[in-house]
Amino acid sequence: MKLLGVAVGVAVVGVLIGFYISSYLVGNTPAFRPKATGAAGARTVNLTIQTVAAVGPSLASNHPDWVSYLVRNNQGRWERSTVWTLPANAIVHVTIYNFDGASGLRNPFLGQPQGLVGKEIVDGKPLGALPPDQPSHTFAIPELGVLALVAPVGDAAKNQCNYAPCTMAMAHRTMTFTFRTGKKGHYRWQCFVPCAAGFVYGFGGPMQTIGYMDGFVNVV
Amino acid sequence: MSTTVVETHRPIWRRLIGFNLLTGIVFGVVGYYIGWFIGHHITGASVAYFSGIDQNDISVTLGYLLGVGGFLIGLGFGVYPWARIRGYPPSLREKETQGASRYFGLCTDHKVVGIQYMIGIGLFFFIGGLNAMLIRVELLRPASQVFPAGQYLTLVGMHGTMMMGIMTSAILGPFANYFVPLMIGARRMAFPRIESLTFWLLMAAGAILTTTIFFGGFPTGWTGYEPLNSQANTGMDSYLVFFALVGISMCLLGLNMLATIITMRAPGLTWSRLPIFCWGVVSTAILNLLAAPVLIAVLGMAVFDRTVQTTFFNPQGGGSPYLYQNLFWVFGHPEVYILALPGMGIVLEILPVFARKPLWGYRLAVSGLLGVTLLSWLVWQHHLFVSGINSDLRPFYMLSTELISIPTGFTFLCGLMTLWRGQIRFSVPLLFSLAWFFNFLIGGLSGVFLSDVPSDVTTHGSFFSMAHFHYTIMGGLVFAFFAAIYFWAPKMFGYTLNERLGKIHFWVMFISFNSTFAPLFAIGFLGQPRRTVTYAQHLQFLNDWVSISAFILGGSMLIFLYNFVYSLLFARIRAPQNPWSSVSLEWQLPTPVPLHNFDRIPVITGEPYGYGSPGIAAIPAAGPAGGSA
Amino acid sequence: MSSQPRSVEGGPAHGRRFLTAWLVLSLILSPLVAIYLGPAIPPGNGSVEATGQVFDNEVLVTFATPICIFVVLFLLYAVFSFRSRTVEIVDGPPVRGDSRIQIAWMVVTTVAVLALAAFGSYELLVDGAGGGQGPNAAFLPAGHSQAMDVQVIGQQWEFTYRYPTLGGLETPHLMLPANTLIRLHVTSLDAIHSFWAYQLGVKADANPGTDNIVYVTTKGPRSFDIHCAELCGLWHGYMFDTGQVVEQSAFTAWAKQQQTYFAPVAKYLPAYSTTYLPDPQRRAG
Repeated sequence: MKLLGVAVGVAVVGVLIGFYISSYLVGNTPAFRPKATGAAGARTVNLTIQTVAAVGPSLASNHPDWVSYLVRNNQGRWERSTVWTLPANAIVHVTIYNFDGASGLRNPFLGQPQGLVGKEIVDGKPLGALPPDQPSHTFAIPELGVLALVAPVGDAAKNQCNYAPCTMAMAHRTMTFTFRTGKKGHYRWQCFVPCAAGFVYGFGGPMQTIGYMDGFVNVV
Repeated sequence: MSTTVVETHRPIWRRLIGFNLLTGIVFGVVGYYIGWFIGHHITGASVAYFSGIDQNDISVTLGYLLGVGGFLIGLGFGVYPWARIRGYPPSLREKETQGASRYFGLCTDHKVVGIQYMIGIGLFFFIGGLNAMLIRVELLRPASQVFPAGQYLTLVGMHGTMMMGIMTSAILGPFANYFVPLMIGARRMAFPRIESLTFWLLMAAGAILTTTIFFGGFPTGWTGYEPLNSQANTGMDSYLVFFALVGISMCLLGLNMLATIITMRAPGLTWSRLPIFCWGVVSTAILNLLAAPVLIAVLGMAVFDRTVQTTFFNPQGGGSPYLYQNLFWVFGHPEVYILALPGMGIVLEILPVFARKPLWGYRLAVSGLLGVTLLSWLVWQHHLFVSGINSDLRPFYMLSTELISIPTGFTFLCGLMTLWRGQIRFSVPLLFSLAWFFNFLIGGLSGVFLSDVPSDVTTHGSFFSMAHFHYTIMGGLVFAFFAAIYFWAPKMFGYTLNERLGKIHFWVMFISFNSTFAPLFAIGFLGQPRRTVTYAQHLQFLNDWVSISAFILGGSMLIFLYNFVYSLLFARIRAPQNPWSSVSLEWQLPTPVPLHNFDRIPVITGEPYGYGSPGIAAIPAAGPAGGSA
Repeated sequence: MSSQPRSVEGGPAHGRRFLTAWLVLSLILSPLVAIYLGPAIPPGNGSVEATGQVFDNEVLVTFATPICIFVVLFLLYAVFSFRSRTVEIVDGPPVRGDSRIQIAWMVVTTVAVLALAAFGSYELLVDGAGGGQGPNAAFLPAGHSQAMDVQVIGQQWEFTYRYPTLGGLETPHLMLPANTLIRLHVTSLDAIHSFWAYQLGVKADANPGTDNIVYVTTKGPRSFDIHCAELCGLWHGYMFDTGQVVEQSAFTAWAKQQQTYFAPVAKYLPAYSTTYLPDPQRRAG
């Protein structure tokens, strides 16, 4: 009788421990692997990203008002994933459609693109540097030395996007740039524009959560 | 005045109605939602202003606070104040029933509170330990991402916060509450209801901290440094409320201990005859009482920074992050001595019993404990040596920190000389006490490294300081905790814990503990900072070694759990009244200890460690259980 | 100990035996530790301050060796020699203390602690030992008035570096000239970070609104690891970098190249200052 009670107790504790551990495992967005072309060692990858002011309840029920990146998956639909798997020693062409307004940088130095192959093109024109109050977001992989700016949608623009996913008909800016992945590794990427409304220094909330303004680049 | 309640066979649902844990939980949940609702309506408009933040710290904080209030009312803590408000005279209500239901509510019997503490602290210790195992799983490979980076930080913070908050009462809670009245010849503690309150506050706090992950966790580690604190998600509020409640619990616990030991000693028990464990309790209680309010104050300021946009700690609003760091460590340093001093008291209490000699250098040991208490207030800035504090002050803090090793050394001298030329009898409590000396030696010496400013530049914020405090806190406090459990379990529970399992537990724990934390010194010297989710590739072998050892260390806890459950539920070998043949007062009482402890308050005529002197004889180990006092 | 109030009948002079064993072991092991273990302690000789830290750690570990041996040997000796050899419980002698031993212990430990504190203060005085000293550094190395200023800006989650002597140039990587005394100004834009240049033996917290000064004298060319040593949020563990110490000529060439590369953003940089409190404090929409 006692043995049964202890066995039940152990089982209950085991379930609770499993529940506890699993509560820490949530929050991983699924990894996305864009299709790569070209031979091994000289691959090319196209990555298309959308930045939105608010991710919306359909894509993130617990944080519908947080800013986020969406990536266009291999089926052509927008999904919220900030963990991307890229091949090593590859050329990555990135296109960013930005639907969000300006927030501004905390450190103006980060207004100039770094570590790219060639220049960053914003709406067809090469970018030197953005004034510090202009950037809407940045896309940065510090370990690879990559930093690209995301130019803002003007405050007075018509037909702004409220919730993701946004369509090309809405007001947006287009950025294209290219970077090289190097050796295999596990690199983090982040945004340097403090765009998290309401948080101290704008760096809380989505700025500190993988799946919104932070993620990983797994180079394999 | 006591009321006797006769145990009738009422149906179970009727027995559940009343002030108890279940009612407490129900009222607590209701209280949470009331608080949440109020917070939501106070800040509705400002939440819209800060749109995009998707969190309402006022709601959550108020929810927690009113939840705790509801919890305490449900347990029955409101009954006596309400009676007094209505004009009833002071009374001391006690539940006279000897049933297990006493353990699930407000009970004013200090022995019940002691056992409640032991189970409650054990529960949260295991949760904190589980977090540690998960941390080590994450650190098995540099590039692994078992847990998302943000959740990893919450794991680290949860582990540290849970341990630091719960283990401060690890010895004062179970053992001081149970045994201080028995050792000083009293029938109860000075404030029995407050005693129970400290326990239930701690349980509420632990439950609140466990819910942090559902609010997003917190990224600051147990120290909660600003401004990162203000930046964090709602999970940070769990941390702030947890620590504030722990602070209140600590303060009241210290108050109770001091009041009891100062005012309720039996006739003849002068200060120079007080058992050294009680001196350890006194010195810890002084720190509890005085340091906890500083913690509550600084956490309150942090709550205001987070909720109503004050800027105590934000330089852009005129505040300073240094303010938080200094206030926190004014509490934080005495806090670690709150962790260390009871351990010293325990091992000095246990050694005479097993060396069969009086405690060597009693007065020196007492001055060692009190010296640590005094000096612990003067050292806190050694946590801030490279943070940009006033440069000239650092040699002073280096000196004061190194001076603390002198009174600590007194404990070592007295303990070691007690063993000298003794008649040492091995037992599991003695093994843990001996291990305490070894672990605290390593911990203390590494503390000397950290107190030396040039050496601190190398090791601050690295795994070296982690190894240091794990050696002193886990190697010191936790080993002393187990020594105390094995030592006093026969009296507390009336059953013997299996000795062979206990020895296996000790050896597995001691070896795996050293194997886990000794390499951390090297890892720190080799440049790995604390609280990092990734590390340099060349450190992987050492990290793996540490992780595997940590899993074995966790396993040793399971051995203990098995022993505990098996001995108390299945083997049930009745313990003799005085299995260790101790001459100490608590062992002269029968097992189980009667409800009012002593039939007649004893008169103390001699000093507490009379081993070797003629005429002093304890009731022998083989004597009958349940003799008269 | 050979003189107690009631000495044990017969038996060897345990005290003398123990002290002799301790002395012998210490005399053997301490020099071995000092010669072999001490110099191997990190962080190595990447800078003058790092060398000073290595020496400091050497002294401490040599000092700690006899203390460690004392306690461990004592425990082992006591546990083996004084085990009870009878089945029934026999008490030991009721020795409650010996004031001569207590006084000797107090004197020895106090002297040891004071000596260590004096030694540590001296090491600190010489050159600041590579630690952050706040805006009013008190421990200044010789020649500090000619030190080259370099600013380290910590932000979530990257360090950037500014060179006031190069017109306020800001760069994402740290280059330092060899064999130069450098005054680092460490500050933060947001949370508390900590600039830890491992091989240079430099550690200084980056506190927002504060200028934390730390002196480092570089030696020959090398690379060094930079880690953030204070939990600053999500990517604290990934806030690392590699810095370089290069010859003066290489440094000047690098500086020119960086100025050209970052010319587009140079006009947007704020004037060089020891602290920065950029807007905003709390974003609203």
